[in-house]
Amino acid sequence: MRLNHSEIKNVIEAALLGGGRPLSLEQLSGLFGKRSAPDHKMLKEILRELATDYEGRGIELKEVGSGYRIQIRSSMSEWLSPLWEERAPRYSRALFETLALIAYRQPITRGEIEEVRGVSVSTNIVRTLLERGWVRVVGHRDVPGKPAMFGTTKGFLDYFGLKRLDDLPPLAEIKDLEDLNVELGLPEPIPQTDLLDELIEENLETPGDRVDAELVGAEESGDGIVRLSRPDAG
Amino acid sequence: MTESIRPRKTELTLAPTGPPVTEEAGAPAQGEMPFAVVEGEPVTELPRDLYIPPHALKVFLEAFEGPLDLLLYLIRRQNIDILEIPIAEVTKQYTHYIELMSDMEFELAGEYLVMAATLAEIKSRMLLPSPMTDDEDEEDPRADLIRRLQEYERFKEAAQGINELERMERDVSQATAEVTDKRIVTKLPDIALKELLIAFKEAMERSEIFARHHVQREPLSVRERMTQVLVVLEGERFTEFSQLFELSEGRTGVTVTFLAILELLKETLIDVVQSEPYGPIHVRVARATGKQTVDFEASQSELA
Repeated sequence: MRLNHSEIKNVIEAALLGGGRPLSLEQLSGLFGKRSAPDHKMLKEILRELATDYEGRGIELKEVGSGYRIQIRSSMSEWLSPLWEERAPRYSRALFETLALIAYRQPITRGEIEEVRGVSVSTNIVRTLLERGWVRVVGHRDVPGKPAMFGTTKGFLDYFGLKRLDDLPPLAEIKDLEDLNVELGLPEPIPQTDLLDELIEENLETPGDRVDAELVGAEESGDGIVRLSRPDAG
Repeated sequence: MTESIRPRKTELTLAPTGPPVTEEAGAPAQGEMPFAVVEGEPVTELPRDLYIPPHALKVFLEAFEGPLDLLLYLIRRQNIDILEIPIAEVTKQYTHYIELMSDMEFELAGEYLVMAATLAEIKSRMLLPSPMTDDEDEEDPRADLIRRLQEYERFKEAAQGINELERMERDVSQATAEVTDKRIVTKLPDIALKELLIAFKEAMERSEIFARHHVQREPLSVRERMTQVLVVLEGERFTEFSQLFELSEGRTGVTVTFLAILELLKETLIDVVQSEPYGPIHVRVARATGKQTVDFEASQSELA
């Protein structure tokens, strides 16, 4: 039986809603008999149409690591939260830093993560990342001890709404150290200390205020994120 | 106990551009009225620099993800370019924290102490007159630390970037239409113990052929054999049941292997499957979940 375009579109839409997980092009075309299976070009066309249909609606079509999914827009989640008993889990900053290092520097060992972060990586964090299926052991480095190397999974891309790793926000540039070395010939920066004191005097509000602010900041961020203002944060 | 009685400000005014705005109304006029009384003494002046109620110190330090984070904070709050760290000042402040912490007898992670030592070393190296040789290779003693700080800051920001991505559960969720429980689970036929026994019997019969070569050996351990079976199964998707038996071992050996397989089954370390009734029986290492759902499980965990 041959399906026409809009019938195929209906099947695709229903499959994306019924599948309960992202579906790849292969999985979608596999729904149809071998003879009547739409090719990838047609599927993509249909998916584009669906995406357009959902514009201005509460749902959207999103391509993620392991395929396409229909998802509830983030602007809606606030409205729906009364329906959901469980709150989204919150993760610590330590976990995100570890995850960031794995995502951008994979394959990476625990030791290499610790080197950048300057602290030891707790076993709990690694376990959480593994259990959530965001990272996995992709091999072992050929050095004494054969430490495990971690990499991210498709589950990671799916969860964070990314198509591929390239979609991660770009890493900040490292400032050139050449500039620093040029200054080496100059007298040691002891006078800077005085200058610094002035700077501190000028720029900081009364110390008491600052302390309180810091403490509130530290307490309120349940996810362990103390947001220091950055120029781009506003 | 020293206690801050000032109202707490929720905003962290550490913007690197321009001096922070201080709320006039919120700041009590200093010198006029003591804003705290400590051990009977009126306090009219706020302590210089960081003043932290002791009980809050722990909370404060826990807000940092380690020495690099603390250092970055000390640098950033002074609006200083990371390339121009005033080592003396930063070291002073840093050690101040560390001392406070040890005064409070908090257990301090070793990394914090290592960093204190590193800072002290850099400081002393900078105080020494640099040998006036004309080699330009000598690096600023701070260079290594600056590199680490920058590197750490990159990933600290990247972590925040990831945290801000629209993510499942928190921001978006998979839209689903209610499908009454009809998930496809390919049900593999159950294998009756009888069939296992038949297969075992066949293996036994074949082993009879080798009966004459019966070799006296140590009593075979079922545990040890379990490991051997797992080793054979490792990596292979499916191994035929009969191939697990080393027929030359004779009856005892075959029996031990069979017991080992049963034991492994009991501990759900292996799966025994038969694709069709009376077909060959295959054995494989059990998947982590133990469920025999269809292939998407495997595809999900593929390396992205």
